[in-house]
Amino acid sequence: MSEVAPRIAVLVFPGSNDDRDAAWALSALGADPAFVWHGDAELPTVDAVVLPGGFSYGDYLRCGAIARFSPAMQAVTAFADDGGLVLGICNGFQILCEAGLLPGALRPNASLEFVCRDVAVVVERADTPFTSRCRPGQELVIPVKHGEGCYHAPDDLAPEQIALVYAPGANPNGSERDIAGVVSAEGNVLGLMPHPEHAVDPLLGSGDGALVLASLVDAARERLYVRD
Amino acid sequence: MKATVLVRPKTGILDPQGQAVENSLRQLGFPVGEARVGRVIDLDVEATSADEARTEIERMCESLLANPLIESYEIEVAG
Repeated sequence: MSEVAPRIAVLVFPGSNDDRDAAWALSALGADPAFVWHGDAELPTVDAVVLPGGFSYGDYLRCGAIARFSPAMQAVTAFADDGGLVLGICNGFQILCEAGLLPGALRPNASLEFVCRDVAVVVERADTPFTSRCRPGQELVIPVKHGEGCYHAPDDLAPEQIALVYAPGANPNGSERDIAGVVSAEGNVLGLMPHPEHAVDPLLGSGDGALVLASLVDAARERLYVRD
Repeated sequence: MKATVLVRPKTGILDPQGQAVENSLRQLGFPVGEARVGRVIDLDVEATSADEARTEIERMCESLLANPLIESYEIEVAG
């Protein structure tokens, strides 16, 4: 049986560098990725959006601060406001926070060092469109690679919005409450610092990231059938 | 009109860059207390009065120059 592939936009900013890995992984997991340039004011018809990792606009001023004002991000904000699924990875997470689509902010790592290694993260919420293939409490090994991933939570952050945490002792950046990933109150936007697109094949160390991206592909596919 | 914006990490926000500066100063023998590192933005704005410039720069700070969740800002308009 061949299923129709859901279309998932992968935004490309000047300085994005994980856009192709994200598209490759989504494609391998059954989606039909479509690159969207930051200058495009409209999204094509898509069932989900991925904001990839990288250094959009050179990370000038603050990570994600300038990308949030790009024409494509205005379209993504409208898409999210309508309940559309949006996943932000690393720099994508930073952009979502700056855009106000997710609460909090990402600050320089407590160590001031760029960290690039596999980390263990624990699934706190397995009932989101981004984690449905995981079990609650499941430990995933997914790489991080960032200099500014220290999550600062607003005082009123609801505990239900903490979707992923670093495993005890594995916090690579000093994030408050070991937070690795946050979901919006409505549940349709998720941002995380680890890179699931770099962990979709055990040959490269871990296939655990595929659980996150395949969850998104599942959710996008469900939307595809109600799209028209 | 010339203006300067000072952006600082808010009190209570972890500032590892400030801590590194503080440690280095102590290693050099300077008996400093806490050091915090922020950012300076010099601007040339079109405005007919200092008040007008200040109001305009406040809008810039709230939308782009600072992240109000983690940063405070101070505006100095040259007379």
